[in-house]
Amino acid sequence: MQFWIIQGLNSLSLGGLLFLLSSGFSLIFGLMRLANLTHGAFFMLGTYFGAVALRGYSGLNIWVTALGAGIAVAALGGLFERLVLTRLKTNPLGQVLVTLGMSFIISDACLVLWGGDSIPVPTPQNLQAPTRLFGFVFPTYRLVLVGVAVIAAIALYVLMDRTRLGAMIRAGVDDRQMARAVGIPVSRLFTIVFCLGAGIAGAAGVLGGPILSAYPGLDADMLPLALIVVILGGIGSLFGAFIGSFIIGFIYTFGTTLFPELAYVILFLPMIVVIAFRPQGLFGRAGA
Amino acid sequence: MTAPSSGLALEITGLNKSFGGLKVTQGVSLAIRPGERRLIIGPNGAGKTTLFNQISGDMRPNSGRIKLFDKDVTMFAPYRRAHLGLSRTYQIITLFAGDTLEHNVTLGLLGLLPSRWQMWRPLSSYRHLATEARRTLDSVGLLHLADHPVSDLAYGEKRRVELAMALSQKPRVLLLDEPLAGLSNSERATVKSEIASISKQTTVVMIEHDMDTALDLAETVTLLNYGRVIVDGDRDTVIADERTREVYLGA
Amino acid sequence: MKWIGSALIAAALLLPPFVAGDFYINLASQILIAAIFALSLNLLVGFGGMTSLGHASYLGVAAYLSALLTSRYGFGHGTAALISILGTIVMAALFGLIALRATGLGFLMITLALSQVLWGLAYRMSDVTNGDNGITGLTRPSPFGISLDSAASFYWFALAVTAFAFAMMAIFVSSSFGSSLKGVRDQPRRMAALGFNPWMIRWITFIYAGFWGGIAGLLYVYYNKYIHPTSLSTTSSAEALLGVIAGGSGTLGGPAVGAALVLLLKNYASAYVERWNMLLGLVFLFIVLVMPTGIVPGVQKLTARFKGRSS
Repeated sequence: MQFWIIQGLNSLSLGGLLFLLSSGFSLIFGLMRLANLTHGAFFMLGTYFGAVALRGYSGLNIWVTALGAGIAVAALGGLFERLVLTRLKTNPLGQVLVTLGMSFIISDACLVLWGGDSIPVPTPQNLQAPTRLFGFVFPTYRLVLVGVAVIAAIALYVLMDRTRLGAMIRAGVDDRQMARAVGIPVSRLFTIVFCLGAGIAGAAGVLGGPILSAYPGLDADMLPLALIVVILGGIGSLFGAFIGSFIIGFIYTFGTTLFPELAYVILFLPMIVVIAFRPQGLFGRAGA
Repeated sequence: MTAPSSGLALEITGLNKSFGGLKVTQGVSLAIRPGERRLIIGPNGAGKTTLFNQISGDMRPNSGRIKLFDKDVTMFAPYRRAHLGLSRTYQIITLFAGDTLEHNVTLGLLGLLPSRWQMWRPLSSYRHLATEARRTLDSVGLLHLADHPVSDLAYGEKRRVELAMALSQKPRVLLLDEPLAGLSNSERATVKSEIASISKQTTVVMIEHDMDTALDLAETVTLLNYGRVIVDGDRDTVIADERTREVYLGA
Repeated sequence: MKWIGSALIAAALLLPPFVAGDFYINLASQILIAAIFALSLNLLVGFGGMTSLGHASYLGVAAYLSALLTSRYGFGHGTAALISILGTIVMAALFGLIALRATGLGFLMITLALSQVLWGLAYRMSDVTNGDNGITGLTRPSPFGISLDSAASFYWFALAVTAFAFAMMAIFVSSSFGSSLKGVRDQPRRMAALGFNPWMIRWITFIYAGFWGGIAGLLYVYYNKYIHPTSLSTTSSAEALLGVIAGGSGTLGGPAVGAALVLLLKNYASAYVERWNMLLGLVFLFIVLVMPTGIVPGVQKLTARFKGRSS
């Protein structure tokens, strides 16, 4: 029984991490119509940042580190968006290719800077003691991660639904030309959203460190998961990304534990089913 | 046990289409006889092009039926309707800009032929297609431009190529979506005479936003507004109808 | 003018075994394999307007199938090749069914996800694929009893296959089907209204491209006598895509030139620069920002301008 509970919690915490990762991806795709293939690398950059910072400075708070990494990665993302992506407005294929190229550059840079070995990230001390609930023992940090994902989901919802920025973003997602026509600064929005997406990914990377560790290839492991979440949940739908993340979190966790050789195939099946019967995803807008 | 033939070229029954809460087609029914020249008019946003999109299969209706010569095509993909004799032109030019006129028309001819699946012989070796394409261009007075890329052409000439392509397939039903839009007076006169000379073997259904320009091409007229059929009948009756004036002046 | 260019290329292709040492002959063979792979991808990208980031799947599957059938199940090369290609075709048909539910970026993401799944399988199913160790100790076939073990003999074999592939693709592209494919790329709605079935045309092209990708895969595994999951990776698909874009997706031969350049860069760069991936990424950025239509069209434009000036 303990096994199922633990795997269930692992699924939830992975789902939470995936939500943090794919929410940014979904926003960027929804507004900018850009499949940001650098997204996994942004996440990995955050993980390495967290690994180095938390191992080097024992008193450092993980939340502060996450914020710091988020800002740093957001800045990097912003530079990339301004210097490279804006020049390719008429070349959507080119945009995808440069994000791919950028992901290679970042992942190789991490390899050069931090070597080929996996770097474990310490769980914050005040969250190391296990929690006892209903007679079961839970790793506290994983519980906290789920909480963080929920808070982030609420925050993003409030941002999108209740703020002026969110309204502008939603307008841009629905009809870019029209938004421009009514005076919404679409290119500035693009930069903001790209930075936001990259920043959330970077912060998520730090938070994922204690669970995943920093290792070369983390970006290649995370990106397909984000892709599958967004395909499943529907492009442009944060709610879809939320639900999709947890579905994939469960499938991946139980899949890799029970059938390690077929993990990818099991992951793959809901995606096929969704694409076969509902190409716009569970909650996506058709024609995205 | 088969239903009696209605004898209609195009029969639309109770067509409905909405986008979310917006109803763009409401209970539209049309009965168009073979050889008829039907004009569909209505102000902007009346749902004319949406109606065409459902007839050609580019859009699926929410409910209702579309029959092409008694065949229920409501759920058919656009290419299948082409094989049943439906042809269509679009409001925006959808020609292959970088290719020559002859190539454009040749592709038009290829669409219904089994040899379109052929992967061995070069397309240029199909002499009879090239001849037929040139003949078609000649019939609309554009043979002299046959080897020019479409991008070289004036807007009015491109419209005539589109019309020629649609006609080259010898369709049984031809849908013309605002064929006279954006044309100069002389170009308009040319295209109008080309439409007027279409054989009676082809049923022509036209959309025009501007009533006056296409009226003399029409035998029957359907007035649409807010996705609904307001008036439907032969030309003179519809023109004289109170409601027609209301829609165009009152709106 | 065109004939001189083609004659020069033909001469260049026939030279290596006569003038160069084994190292360069082998390099030339690798270029040919990369060229077929890039050309097959361009059927999708350039002529079909479908950008795929998962093309390595077909190279990898054919290679792995051949490797397993010959080394583990005792099949002869001829039968193994046949089964491998058939398997690749079936897989392309299946993947095509899934990926073609979307277009544009959706299609790209699905091809990427599908190829990642395959890569993951190759990595994890170690009892079958030997995982990270790859499958070693493979042999080259001996068509009609002729050994392909020497660098020169393999080169002639690869050259023959490449010439055949190029000719077949040229025929494909200028056929009625090829024209309908280009039509669907440019104006899918118009094509449907004219009676063409856009989905079927795309699906058949997808399978055909996968077929040639599989052929490249067979040559790849014969050449290397070794297969590893990296051949199925996104990097592998990306290198091919870079070759297509760099060489020019608008032309038939452009991708072959691009693939050659990418391979040469990889070979020479790895002598001086440890980080191939980073260089690959930078080259991507450079090509997309500076030469978006590719090298071959760029050169064509230059020669046209040169001709215009001298006349």
